[in-house]
Amino acid sequence: MTAQASRITYTLDSSLDSVNKVEETAEQMARKAGVDDDEIFRISMAVREAAVNAVLHGNAYDPQKRMTASFENTGSDLVIRITDEGKGLDPATLPDPLAPENLLRGSGRGIFIIRSFMDEVHFKQLHPGTELTLIKHLGAAPTGA
Amino acid sequence: MSMKISTRQVDGVTILDLGGRITLGEGSVQLRDSVRDLLGKGQKNILLNLGEVNYIDSSGIGELVSAFTTVKNQGGELKLLNLTRKVHDLLQITKLYTVFDIKDDEAQAIASYAK
Repeated sequence: MTAQASRITYTLDSSLDSVNKVEETAEQMARKAGVDDDEIFRISMAVREAAVNAVLHGNAYDPQKRMTASFENTGSDLVIRITDEGKGLDPATLPDPLAPENLLRGSGRGIFIIRSFMDEVHFKQLHPGTELTLIKHLGAAPTGA
Repeated sequence: MSMKISTRQVDGVTILDLGGRITLGEGSVQLRDSVRDLLGKGQKNILLNLGEVNYIDSSGIGELVSAFTTVKNQGGELKLLNLTRKVHDLLQITKLYTVFDIKDDEAQAIASYAK
């Protein structure tokens, strides 16, 4: 098992094209790992949401700021790290999108979807920026976020 | 790969047949503009046929919610028709399945509007 051998890292500008590239890469990675179509959908959607978060909420489409996306198949896990150069994100401050008062809001569901679809989600503050690590366990029942 | 929208009128209900992806920067804006355009013309009974929508992200879900509340605030009704399994599952986990009026038969959906 050589983790380094299957790691890909992209440094991308803060655009929707970058979001699409990251999503496509996640889909290809998941497909190559042999997970089923439903899981491919969940993984690629979670990664897309993380990339949107980085580009839109983190970097605010700033052309001077970059998003970094790394993809690694460790043999037991798919590990995707998305990093932005924004002002940082404290997940504890995010409103619960399932709360009745938030149900009809037009935004605020991205992190919730990421947590719903991945087995582990970790936030790291980079000062400046945020690193989001998304993990999907391979060959085991989902453990929940 | 953007979203396709076509519009038809059936018995006082405007049906938007949507296809493709409803995502940030792609379908979301098209959907918002289409609904706004209909409301501007006084067409407030709107049925979104999502049968050919194969992908929707959180931005697209947000746009559906915004369209729903905008139409409702103007005295109209916006309902959803023919959800694909993926869209259905997303509305379930986000607890929006009970917020929207969701139909799987077009004729019944049209008959359900207060006209």
